[in-house]
Parts: sequence; structure tokens; C-alpha cells
Amino acid sequence: MRIGDFRQSYEHDEAIWQTPTSRAWLAVFFVFLSVFPFAANAYIVGLACVLGIHVISSAGLNIMTGYTGLISLGHAAFMGVGCYTAAFLAQRGVPFFLTIPLAGLMAALLGLVVGIPSLRIKGLYLAVATLAMQFILVFIFREWEPVTGGVRGVNVPAASLFGLDLNNDTRMYYLVAFCATVLLVAARNLFRTRIGRAFIAIRDKDISAEVLGIDLFRYKLLAFAIGSFYAGVAGALLGYFYRAMTPEYFTLALSIFYLAAIIIGGLGTMLGTVLGAVFMTLVPELLRSTVSLIAQWAPRATEILSPMQEVVFGLLIIGFLVFEPHGLVEIWRRVRRTFHLWPFRA
Amino acid sequence: MNFDWIALAEFSLIGLLSGGLLALIALGFVLIYKGTGVINFAMGEFMMLGAYFFYTANVMWQLPTVLALGLTLAAVAMAAALIERAILRPLSGQPVIAILMATIGLASALHGAVDAVWGGNNYEMPQLLPRKPFTLGEILIPGQVVWSFALAAVIITAFTLYFRYSSTGIAMRAAANDPVTAYVLGIDVRRTQRLTWMFAGIVGAVAGIVVASITSLSPALGGAALGVLAVIILGGLDSIAGAIVAGLIVGLIESLTAGYLSGKVRDIVPYVTVLLILMIRPYGLFGTRQIERL
Repeated sequence: MRIGDFRQSYEHDEAIWQTPTSRAWLAVFFVFLSVFPFAANAYIVGLACVLGIHVISSAGLNIMTGYTGLISLGHAAFMGVGCYTAAFLAQRGVPFFLTIPLAGLMAALLGLVVGIPSLRIKGLYLAVATLAMQFILVFIFREWEPVTGGVRGVNVPAASLFGLDLNNDTRMYYLVAFCATVLLVAARNLFRTRIGRAFIAIRDKDISAEVLGIDLFRYKLLAFAIGSFYAGVAGALLGYFYRAMTPEYFTLALSIFYLAAIIIGGLGTMLGTVLGAVFMTLVPELLRSTVSLIAQWAPRATEILSPMQEVVFGLLIIGFLVFEPHGLVEIWRRVRRTFHLWPFRA
Repeated sequence: MNFDWIALAEFSLIGLLSGGLLALIALGFVLIYKGTGVINFAMGEFMMLGAYFFYTANVMWQLPTVLALGLTLAAVAMAAALIERAILRPLSGQPVIAILMATIGLASALHGAVDAVWGGNNYEMPQLLPRKPFTLGEILIPGQVVWSFALAAVIITAFTLYFRYSSTGIAMRAAANDPVTAYVLGIDVRRTQRLTWMFAGIVGAVAGIVVASITSLSPALGGAALGVLAVIILGGLDSIAGAIVAGLIVGLIESLTAGYLSGKVRDIVPYVTVLLILMIRPYGLFGTRQIERL
């Protein structure tokens, strides 16, 4: 049984990483993150890049949906905005350390506009409004050819730092890992501030929050802006990673993917965001390798791979909602509690 | 330049008439929203399921049309009841996002299952509605449009009468209005909710069969219902009358944009409409204005 976790000052109680153990694990984790590309093959490193991008985007959606209670079915479209902004600027020679934040800002700006209806509508209505926005933005991606390249898509020049082109997966990996770390720490910090607490109050009951003196309009818009900023950054990184992008990537299915990731991970926790994004990225990979194993005996198995993915995806969402509504993070907490209290029963 | 009045009249009539089908799909959404407070994002998949069942029974097994139709509706109603029992009931009382995501997950699972069983190919559905066009002076209206409108009108009228006069219908309205009070008064709320899902499944299946027989049968049919969200938002989520009026309006707008602008623009018309309505009048034309209290 773990003992000795006494909080003796307010500073200690408000600390972002509260125990020496958690700080030690975090250090181990960062060492792992930085040496990992040398130990893994190219496929795994590429997968890790996509994973990092998914983590960033899910974090943005969790700030909006999990912490502030604003359901968004249009998150993928904001990633698209970020991606096209980065592509547009990068083609004109702007370096990546400017295009990535600018892509985020552009998405945040659009998030402000989309957030305006959120003052009057919420819940299902807001979901429908963001769904509408998703379709309208994808329509714009397809039709506004001078900027977005239409259905053929855009090319993104490789990011380069002091003449070093970030043109392979390992180099991109460090960029993604850096952005993901900064943004996740920022998000975790956000909920130790006045703004973050206002978000949580709005989620729990918006009218009560307003009575307590929280300016609903301002904070809801702010939540939309921050969430969209994360999506924009993720979209820009995605553009730099794949180097070419078409509107078909930023569809409703991707928006639903992120919603599923934060629900399966755990709404309103940053650890849940990471767990959910990892889980949702790895499940299709696992499924694919399982199917290719089965395909040795049943060749038809590969034909139904993509429909099977949809079925598994749907059943996972439903299963988690019905049986484990607080997500993977709750399983994690149970496991941890068992170890902390050992040899006593939780 | 001479304005082509006849073309305008033709577009308008076709639009209004095809609005009947939109209203029918909207009825499926409204039934479930009224009865259980859920927007069922799997409505399109119910339509798809109905169409595929009917295709299997009528074309593959060569059953007569009426028998195939009966079997299909029974099967979809069963499936809807099962879904209500297995997924929606355990989630009752959960936050909106949980229920919303459950129906989205359901949509994904059903879509994948249909794709796995029947494959992604296009099937040619049997022609159920007469094709013979109607002529009104110089205006030419395709027969299917007229007949689907008539069918939708009949079904919607039947449901309205059922809710107004039958005792089960009245019980369902009572449970929809205030589940707790209805429960206290001895109404089996679980039964009415199950019936709600079954009815919505049947409505969806009929709409799916009609849509598939007009166009063709493929898994893409599942996405068709999302555009109908414009209809239910415009009409007000909980109003059948609103669904009818809004169905006609949206049908008209879609037909006019398709006629005068392009087919591509037509596809996003419903979504632009949704955004505009939500900003101006979130409760729609006939929906209940919700007043929140602490």
C-alpha cells in the first residue's frame, strides 16, 4: 500500500504533477519518446506521427466537448482549415514554425464564427449545427479551387529548419512529438486556471455558471477557439506529414472518429484523451493484421475488412457507452487503485 | 429574355411533391425524438436495412411483393425493438452526448454489417411505383414523384389518425409528453418507447424502399437521411405538422437550386438551411420553445 502522499501546502495541492513518483514516470516517458524512433522501424515511426497528430486533435475536441460540454461534429473540418492554411502559406515560402501557429489561429478564428450559435443552442441542436458546418466546409474545400486545389487536393512543401528538410518520418516525428507535448501540457495547465474552471462550470450547468458571474458568451466562444486552434495545428502537421491532402480526408467520419476517441478514452480528462487516441489508432491496425492472418485460410476475409472495421468501430462506441461510460481512464484508475491499496482490496 | 415560367412551375411542383418523401423520413426522426428525446442518427441505416431486406425477399427469394413487404417491415420492426432494448434503454438518463454517440455508433455498425453481408455493389430494385409521367398542360411530372408523394401522405395521415384516436396512440403521446406522470397513471412507458422505435423503424424502412426503387440500392443510401435533419430542424424537432410543412419547403428549395444553380450546390442546401434556422429560430416553425429553469 502506498503511503505518504500528504499535501501540506496549497502550492503542493495545485501542483501539476503531484507526486515524485508521477514526475519520475513522466521523465521515463519523455526519455522513451525521444529515443523511440531509433529503436523502431519506419512503419512504427510513421504510425507514431499519425498517433501524435490524433492526440493533438483529440485534445482540442476534449477541451470543447469533454470539459465545456459543447458537442462538435465538425472537428475534422477545422483540421482541414488548418491544413489548407498551412499549405497556402508554405507554398508562398513561410517557414513551418510560423505556418503551424497561423494555421491554428485561422482555425480558431473560424471556430469563433461557428461558436456564435452556441450561445442560443446547445446539446443536440449544437451537434446538428456543427454537423452542418462540417458539410459546408468540406464543400468549400472541394469547390474553392484556387486555394484548396479542389478534389485533386494540395501539395505541402516539406518543413525545413535551418536548411534541414523535415522530409522523413523520423524528423517529422520530433516535430509532432514537440507540438503534442507543448499543447498537452498547455491543456493540462488550462484547467488549473480561471478559464478552465469556467469551462467546467459551463459544462456542469450553464445557467448556474451564468448566475455565478461567468460570461457564457465569452467563455463558450473561447472554448470553441481553443479547441479549433488544436484542430488547426493538428491539420497543419497532417499536411506536413503526408505532404499532400485532399478534401476526402476531412469528412464527417473523421469527426466521429475523434468523438469516439475522447468518449472511449474518457471525457474531460487529458489522460483519457491520450489513451483514447492511442486506442482508436491502434484498433484498425490490429484488425488489419488479424484479418491478414485469417486471410491465409479464408481469402475472402480481406474483402470485408473495411466493413468489419466499421462494425467494430460502432460496437466499440456502443460497448464503452453502455458498459464503461467513463472510458479507458476509469479502467486505468481502477488498476492503479488496486496497486496503491495492495495488499488490501479496493 | 423571356423568363421560362413553365420550367419554374415544373421545378416547383416536382420539389413540393418530392418534399413528401422528405416529410416521411422526417416523421421517423420526429417520432423517436418526441417519444424518447433522442435524435436517431441511424435513421438512414434503418432505411438502408429496409431496402436491403426487401431486395433479398423480393428479388433473391422471389417472394411476391406484398409478402416481401410484410416480412421486411416485421424484420425491421423487430430489429428496432431489439436495438431499443439493448442500447437505448441502458443509456436512458445519460447525457445527450452519450445517446447521440450511441446512435452514431449504431449507424456505423449497421452500415458496416450491411456492407459485409451484401457487398458495396449497386443493386437494381424492382419498380414498385408506376413510372408513367403525369402531364398538367405543358408541365411534365415523373410518375414516381407523384406516387411517392401519395404514399407518404397516406402513411403520415394514418399515423396522425392513430395517435389521435387509438388508445395506444394516446398512451404514446402521454408518455412522450411527460413520462413520469404517464408512468404514475399506469401507462407502460417502456412499451410505448419500444413501440416508438418500432414505428420509426417501419417508417424508415418504407422510405428506404421507395428511395431505393427510385434511385438504386447501395450502402450510400445510409447517408441520405442526414440531409433530412434540415427538415426536422426547420419544422421543429417535436412536431409532425412541422415535419410536413418543412418537408415541402425544403423539397421546393432543393429542387429550385438543383434546377437553377447546380446539383452540387443542392447537396449543401439542407445544411445551409439548418445553420440559418438555428441562428434565427432554433425551435423551428412549430417546435416547442423550451424554457430552462434552475
